[in-house]
Amino acid sequence: MKIISLDPRVNRSSINKTEETVILEKLDQFQTYEVFAQTKRGTHHVHVGSVHAANENIAMLFAKEQYARRGECVNIWVVKTADVSATEYEDSDIFDTLDEKYHRNPESYKVMDRIKAYKEKGNQ
Amino acid sequence: MELTERHVEGLKHLLYNMADDLLILGHRNSEWTGMGPILEEDIAFSSMAQDKIGQSLALYNILHEMGEQEPDVVAFTRNSTNFHCAKLVELPIGEYDFSLVRHFLYDYADAVKFDMLSKSIFEPLAQVCRKFRGELKYHTMHANIWIKDLTNGNEESKKRMQDSLNLAYPIAYSLFETNEYEAELKEAGIFAGESEQKKIWKKEVDAVILESGLTIPMVKNEEDHHGGRVGNHTEHLQPLLDEMTEVFQIDPTADW
Repeated sequence: MKIISLDPRVNRSSINKTEETVILEKLDQFQTYEVFAQTKRGTHHVHVGSVHAANENIAMLFAKEQYARRGECVNIWVVKTADVSATEYEDSDIFDTLDEKYHRNPESYKVMDRIKAYKEKGNQ
Repeated sequence: MELTERHVEGLKHLLYNMADDLLILGHRNSEWTGMGPILEEDIAFSSMAQDKIGQSLALYNILHEMGEQEPDVVAFTRNSTNFHCAKLVELPIGEYDFSLVRHFLYDYADAVKFDMLSKSIFEPLAQVCRKFRGELKYHTMHANIWIKDLTNGNEESKKRMQDSLNLAYPIAYSLFETNEYEAELKEAGIFAGESEQKKIWKKEVDAVILESGLTIPMVKNEEDHHGGRVGNHTEHLQPLLDEMTEVFQIDPTADW
């Protein structure tokens, strides 16, 4: 059977199937805003999701109810999705790096021994 | 200060007015759930409706502590003549413009009332009113932004906002229906009264109306829509109660 839809109800229905390609019209949606929430003053804002909204004010209203109505939150940022610059996934190899660079790892600092010793002392 | 029997009676009247307004409007606004204009607004409006139900529960709990029946019994077993809600909150949701304008007028009135009551000498009520403050701040913020944005959207949206305001504004005075206890509660420092609340409310909503670019509707007689506080309601309340209490009527002990 040729699958015409991911929805099994559509595949089973007796609607006359046409071979014509249906071109979906662009959805009539508001732009999106990315939402960042802060759980405690002084901590980082963390990306929690996005909302559709006509402007910043409405985005803020929506962000509060979508992402902060249950948990702790003291502050919210909204940023137009279109204003976010991002790397391309095809360039994700730029994040690959050789792992033999001990000099980069904090473990190689001598001070680590003292930190460890202090922690152990604290645990006693 | 010792509360007299009259104070307790007046307090109960006040609490029933407030709790019934919240329960009925909370139920009304929840009728938008799943049908709101856009997903995010649907969730925001539904969430505010839930806030209202939660606030009504807190007030019914105070009533219960004062000797009235359990919140569920009070909410689900009275018929319309025993409800004290104002006519504004019983009206059908209409189109979204009407629901938004009603939400704007109502939530401002509540914000004013809760603020006044947070200074009440009746501590249980003052305490919950202080707790409601954050929710109300968001509700009025939500109302403000929508009223301003839609009034300044296009010609149709402006007309819709003005038409809904013309319809809802005079009916909003039903919220401030006075009663025989007003003077005594004021004197005792329990509640400064509906007339005072109305004065502050009018100042605040009129400022938003003008700032948005709408016209303040004329109100010929502020008492035209009174009656809700003494059980005289529109024909819309009983069908709402029938629907709201359906499950409870089938099985009052159901766990849900």
